[in-house]
Amino acid sequence: MFDRAVAGDADLVRRCLSGEPGAWDDLVSLYSRYVYAIVTQGYRLSGPDAEDAFQDVFLRVYDRLATLRDPDSIRPWIAQLTRRVCLDRVARKDEPPPAELESVDATIDELDEAFAVREALGRLSGDCQEVLDRFFCRDESYRTIGQELGIPAGTIASRISRCLAKLKEQLDA
Amino acid sequence: MSYDEERLGELIRRLPPAPEGWVRAAQEAPAARAALDGLVARAEADAELRRRILTDLEAALTAEGLEPSSALLAELRTRISE
Repeated sequence: MFDRAVAGDADLVRRCLSGEPGAWDDLVSLYSRYVYAIVTQGYRLSGPDAEDAFQDVFLRVYDRLATLRDPDSIRPWIAQLTRRVCLDRVARKDEPPPAELESVDATIDELDEAFAVREALGRLSGDCQEVLDRFFCRDESYRTIGQELGIPAGTIASRISRCLAKLKEQLDA
Repeated sequence: MSYDEERLGELIRRLPPAPEGWVRAAQEAPAARAALDGLVARAEADAELRRRILTDLEAALTAEGLEPSSALLAELRTRISE
């Protein structure tokens, strides 16, 4: 599995461009949540529109990766490609764009911050990543998390709290 | 910037996983692109194949082992019609 905390974006881009097996999978894994969030939260696309936009973004990334001037700037570059794809889709619809699109810049700023938190989360133990992701991103109950991870449900809240404290330490460091 | 637990929770929640099928399809895109390139090249050399593809784009993609997503269908339609 690609360890971005160690290797960095430039290395990931280099591996993709050299056709290294698994590199493209790593890139998609790393940015899939970010693109999905811009498409669905920033531009309020849903259903087949959202899926088509998501696929279109990654096709464009694949096609144009060699044109990326600064490999360390891949995240803002992907954000820009996603914006263009979503705006094209919104413009193609017969209906006027939703009023929420006026706040898309603020939403993407928030998602950038969320991405930084996610990177810090990736530096925590696997157990912490799992429990925080299940609770906050997958909306799983303490009971479900406890069953899935084989730990007492009564200890989940304290684990979440401990893991959040570790995450805060990572971000404050 | 310093975060409290509530704010950290909000930010983690902002990036839920994309649907697994979407991620898998995006990961398979390079292979799909290569298969599509091959199909288009064969169609350019074979008018009858090109006609059959245009008649049923979905079947043509499926026959190549490709999931006929709307993005791939649109790309095949565009490239085969050029």
